[in-house]
Amino acid sequence: MPEPLTWQIATVTAIRAETPQVSSFTLALPAWRAHRAGQHYDVRLTAPDGYRAQRSYSIASPPSRRGEVDLTIERIADGEVSPYFHDVVEVGDRVEVRGPIGGYFVWEPVLGGPLLLIAGGSGVVPLMAMLRERAAADGAAPAVLLSSARTLEDVIYRDELAALAAADRGLRLIQTLTRAQPPGWTGYDRRIDRPMLAEALAAAGAPPLAYICGPTLLVEAAANGLVELGVPPAQVRTERFGPTS
Amino acid sequence: MDDPMVLDANAVAGDLAELFGFEVTAVVHRCAHCGNVAAVGTLLAWTHGPGVTLRCSICREVVVRFVRTGSRTFLDVRGAAYLDMQRG
Repeated sequence: MPEPLTWQIATVTAIRAETPQVSSFTLALPAWRAHRAGQHYDVRLTAPDGYRAQRSYSIASPPSRRGEVDLTIERIADGEVSPYFHDVVEVGDRVEVRGPIGGYFVWEPVLGGPLLLIAGGSGVVPLMAMLRERAAADGAAPAVLLSSARTLEDVIYRDELAALAAADRGLRLIQTLTRAQPPGWTGYDRRIDRPMLAEALAAAGAPPLAYICGPTLLVEAAANGLVELGVPPAQVRTERFGPTS
Repeated sequence: MDDPMVLDANAVAGDLAELFGFEVTAVVHRCAHCGNVAAVGTLLAWTHGPGVTLRCSICREVVVRFVRTGSRTFLDVRGAAYLDMQRG
C-alpha cells in the first residue's frame, strides 16, 4: 500500500480554539510527508467493540511546516467524529490518521493565479492552507478570498486573515455575514450571490483559478455563478462537505 | 442539486486510492452516459448508504460504485468509458 494510505498514530500536540464551534488540532506525525495545499487527512476512531467511524479533515497548515499538520475541525452536534475531538481529545492524546490525500482540490505556487477562493463556513480550511502557502512563496499570484459565515465570531482565522491582507496588497478579502452583523458592519449581509461573485472576479483581474469549498448548496451556486460569468469550467474546482462530518 | 447530503469524490479520495493503488481524484474520466470529460474529483458522492455511489456532475448517472463487505470490496466502474491515467 502506498505510504500516504498507511494508517499511522499521530499525537495531538496543541489545540487552539478558532471560533466557538471550531478548533485547530496540531498533529505530530511519525511518518510526515509534505502535502499539497488543499489535501486532507483521513481520521478514524475505533470503539472497543471494533466499530469504526472515519472522516476526512482538511489540512490548514502549509507544507513548509515539517513533521506536523494542523487540522481545523468544526464541531457537528450529531456527528460521530468531530464531537470526540472537541469534547474528549486533549494534548498528548493519540489518534489514527492517514494522508495526505487528494490530488484534485489542490493548489501549488507553480500553478500560478490569480486565485479566487470562495468559502462557506469551515470550507475556508483548505483555502487557508493555500493562502498560507501563497504567503510563504515569493512573487505570489494575486488572490481574492470571498468568504461566507453566519456571524463575525464564526469567521475562522479572522485575525490572521486580516493581518495577511494588511501586509499584502495582492490579497483581497470579501466577507459576508449571513445571520447577524455587528454595528457598523460594512461588508455583505446575505448569501453569496451574483453581484458578490462579479466583484470577486473583478478584484481577481485576469480569469482566475477558482477553488470553492463549503456546504453543497453554496458550492453549487458559486460554481454555476462563476461559469455563467465566463470562468472556464476547467478552472473551477470544488469540494463539498456535508452536515454530518 | 438540492440535496445537502451530497458530497464529492474528494471526500472518498482515500478509499479510492486504496482501491486503485494510487491517487485517483485528479485522474480524468469520460462519463459513459453523457460523454463529459472531467476529473474524478468532480463526481458527486453519495456516502451515507452501505456503499459509495459516484455520479456524473453533469448528467447525474452512476459512474462508479463500490461497497465493502467483511473481507472484500466490490468495485463497479462501468459508468466510466475510460480513465486517463498518467504512467510513471
